[in-house]
Amino acid sequence: MYDFAYHKPTSVADAVKILSADPDARPISGGQTLLPALKHRLNKPTSVVDLSGIAELKGIKRNGDTLVIGALAKHVEVSNSPEVKAAIPALAMMAGTIGDTQVRNRGTIGGSVANNDPAADYPSAVLGLGATVVTDKRRIAADDFFQGMFTTALEPGELLVAIEFPIPEKAGYAKMRNPASRYVMAGVFVAKTTSGVRVVVNGAGPGVFRQAEMEKALSASWSEAAVAGIKQSADGLNGDIHGSAEYRAHLVTVMAKRAVAAAG
Amino acid sequence: MPQVTLTVNGTTHTAEVEGRTLLVELLRETLRLTGTHVGCDTSQCGACVVHVDGASVKSCTILALQANGAQVTTIEGLAKADGALHPMQEAFREYHALQCGFCTPGMVMSAIDLVQKHPDGMSEKEIREGLEGNLCRCTGYHNIVKAIAAAQDVMHGRRAELAPAAE
Repeated sequence: MYDFAYHKPTSVADAVKILSADPDARPISGGQTLLPALKHRLNKPTSVVDLSGIAELKGIKRNGDTLVIGALAKHVEVSNSPEVKAAIPALAMMAGTIGDTQVRNRGTIGGSVANNDPAADYPSAVLGLGATVVTDKRRIAADDFFQGMFTTALEPGELLVAIEFPIPEKAGYAKMRNPASRYVMAGVFVAKTTSGVRVVVNGAGPGVFRQAEMEKALSASWSEAAVAGIKQSADGLNGDIHGSAEYRAHLVTVMAKRAVAAAG
Repeated sequence: MPQVTLTVNGTTHTAEVEGRTLLVELLRETLRLTGTHVGCDTSQCGACVVHVDGASVKSCTILALQANGAQVTTIEGLAKADGALHPMQEAFREYHALQCGFCTPGMVMSAIDLVQKHPDGMSEKEIREGLEGNLCRCTGYHNIVKAIAAAQDVMHGRRAELAPAAE
């Protein structure tokens, strides 16, 4: 790892000031993705801005029909939160399956969503629930936020502050993990919301995407049978030593059925 | 150079570190607490697990500066001053839950956190799932799981002494 200066601001304004002044400064929250990347020298930040002392980024609360989760909420906190379990149990369940115990004790929702790893879990829930990503500057709809592999609408120096999840009627998530790395090979998040049915695929492609055909089928009939016959095209999906694009495409249908079953 | 102050096994230390210094490097190289091991250095194997403010973390994937002000417990901090082992250490010995021993410090630290977070006790399946972040290449995990199952009864006060391993 190359050396860097370390800052620990106590307000969003101070963090943004440092990040805006230096394009090579990087924010760190749990560091469960950033630190391994730095060890591989994939990144050479001049300074690292530790967000963990910023109270404005913390907390999980329900505001009417919306669940607001601060960027610094750790996976273990989302997984155990009574508010999350009551409002969106699929989200609490998902958080409890990210990485391992030690990763969940450090990693945060803001870090995962801002990083947008194609094999990450959270982006599928954010897009699947039609959530709003709140930054220090603006509010971004999930449909506009995720822009492909490790790419989001966040601009340099812009900080993810919180995520607002509309509480769905029902939601479910299922994934097939690589047996060794435990990263997602293909996952599907389904949600029945007041604004319609959403079906989102993660892990299988270069980024999260909505599965329109399955959305249509589940809108007509919310059942496993409705998606069982829908084949996901393998075009553009990831193929690697862990599985071909065709295998991942097949998994999408299987995971969609399991996600609907999990949602009930 | 930046300074970090943290409490390790009840003793407060202040040390100069670089921004990039990992907690495990501070523990092993500066404080000479070499019971915490570095296995993979890629946050997969769990040999480096320590407790930071009561939660198990991989000390190869946290900066020393991120632990500023924290209470850290390492494997060296478990036994009592008179040498009496922690029930989890005792269980690992009784149940022969190690062979080469390299993963053991991390296994013990993860296991203690796991037991503490499950006051109602864990099934064998829950123990196995809870150990997802710790790799052992010798034992096949079987005796590790047995040791943790036995230790949880002592840690939760359901048994005064560790159940002896079967002959």
